[in-house]
Amino acid sequence: MRPDLVPRPDVVIVGAGIVGACCAWSCARAGLAVTVVDRGPVSGGTTGAGEGNILVSDKEPGPELDLALASRAAWAALGDEIGGPCELDAKGGLVVAARQETLDHLVDFAAAQGASGVITEIVAADDLPEHEPHISRDLAGGVYYPQDMQVQPMLAAAHLLDAARRQYGARVMTNVEVLGIDRDAEGSVTGVRTSQGVINTRYVVNAAGTWGGEIAALAGVHVPILPRRGFILVTEPLPPLIRHKVYAADYVANVASDSADLETSAVVEGTHSGTVLIGASRERVGFDRTLDWSVVQRLAAQAIEVFPVLAGVSLLRTYGGFRPYCPDHLPVIGSDPRAPGLLHACGHEGAGIGLAAATGDLIAESIVGDPTTIDLAPFSPARFEVAHV
Amino acid sequence: MSEVSFTFDGEAMHAETGQTIAAALMAHGIVSWRTTRFGGRPRGILCGIGACYDCLLTLNGEPNVRACVTRVEPGDDVRHQDGVGR
Repeated sequence: MRPDLVPRPDVVIVGAGIVGACCAWSCARAGLAVTVVDRGPVSGGTTGAGEGNILVSDKEPGPELDLALASRAAWAALGDEIGGPCELDAKGGLVVAARQETLDHLVDFAAAQGASGVITEIVAADDLPEHEPHISRDLAGGVYYPQDMQVQPMLAAAHLLDAARRQYGARVMTNVEVLGIDRDAEGSVTGVRTSQGVINTRYVVNAAGTWGGEIAALAGVHVPILPRRGFILVTEPLPPLIRHKVYAADYVANVASDSADLETSAVVEGTHSGTVLIGASRERVGFDRTLDWSVVQRLAAQAIEVFPVLAGVSLLRTYGGFRPYCPDHLPVIGSDPRAPGLLHACGHEGAGIGLAAATGDLIAESIVGDPTTIDLAPFSPARFEVAHV
Repeated sequence: MSEVSFTFDGEAMHAETGQTIAAALMAHGIVSWRTTRFGGRPRGILCGIGACYDCLLTLNGEPNVRACVTRVEPGDDVRHQDGVGR
């Protein structure tokens, strides 16, 4: 690429996953000239390895829940704007507890969420089949979360990038790897060096997900993002059996856990195509993609405990990926004071799809200089400054 | 070459021992044995190596069996499949 072939963009977004796509859409709509680069294809990383969760139900009160509520609203609006089909479905979530003690914790948790703006509805054991006709009759009860949604994240990312390109002239460059981030004498970003040449720009958005730490390092700053592996099972296509996103209450504890060991909890949902997706496992084993058969067995067994009807169903395949995990379980969003012009939009762990819409808006607001609709202090990359000088 | 007997939609057929259901059906001139879930369009062999799940049919009452990687067994009740097959 000759420099004159690439008009200087206002912002280069590194990463063509759902977060990069939402950043591109929001920035382009705000009037910025946007170029997106990814070393692979669109949705080639964690976006293509998840379930498409847009959840408020699994967030404890605090900054991430506030972000999730804002992002849920932003997704609902995006669904109308994108135009293309992305299977956005406000299907609601049903969290179930097998034992009374777990249910008591769940009900307390839901009450605290309710005080933060989450809509919750306690469901007695006898009423569970009204929500899910095929659910186990051996459960203590649950909580229904009507705000939970699901989306097909690969389609959504592709349609968002396409819309940014067509409506606002954004550029999307796949199979272009970022090799360096240039900074001037004051430390400000001046451009990115790629496998196809230099792109000069004032702003770089690190939307590289689980690989965000590598992009940060190119600018000389430390952002501690680690991979947290997960597998998902895919059943044969079935007639509609499961209406909502249904998961066991243990899932919330697993998400918040700091353990590196394997943790699994049943997360079950149907898709438009008829396949049922079964998750969720979490383990910290680096970037090892080797399929672990014991994880498959555990996930299947746990799903059958919640939906006995799945016992007679075949699996077509499994897939896996790496959540971008930050030690404090919060994403990294906003300007990096250590490298003026560099912004981060990564580290969303298993909630990247859900949190992407608001993240894109916050990044656009940060670049344009508008006051952000959510306080970015809890997500600031400055929080890593002290530990790693 | 020994042969095994099976039925397809109730009609008696023969296959060579060790032959896949897909191969046996195609040897009888049958190239489509499934219709798609949404469009009701005909499907048979596509990849032929077990990867694409296009050649599904119902075997002895069990839906979604891949014809291309499943051998014919004596007495098999093979049936075409519409949609999800259940």
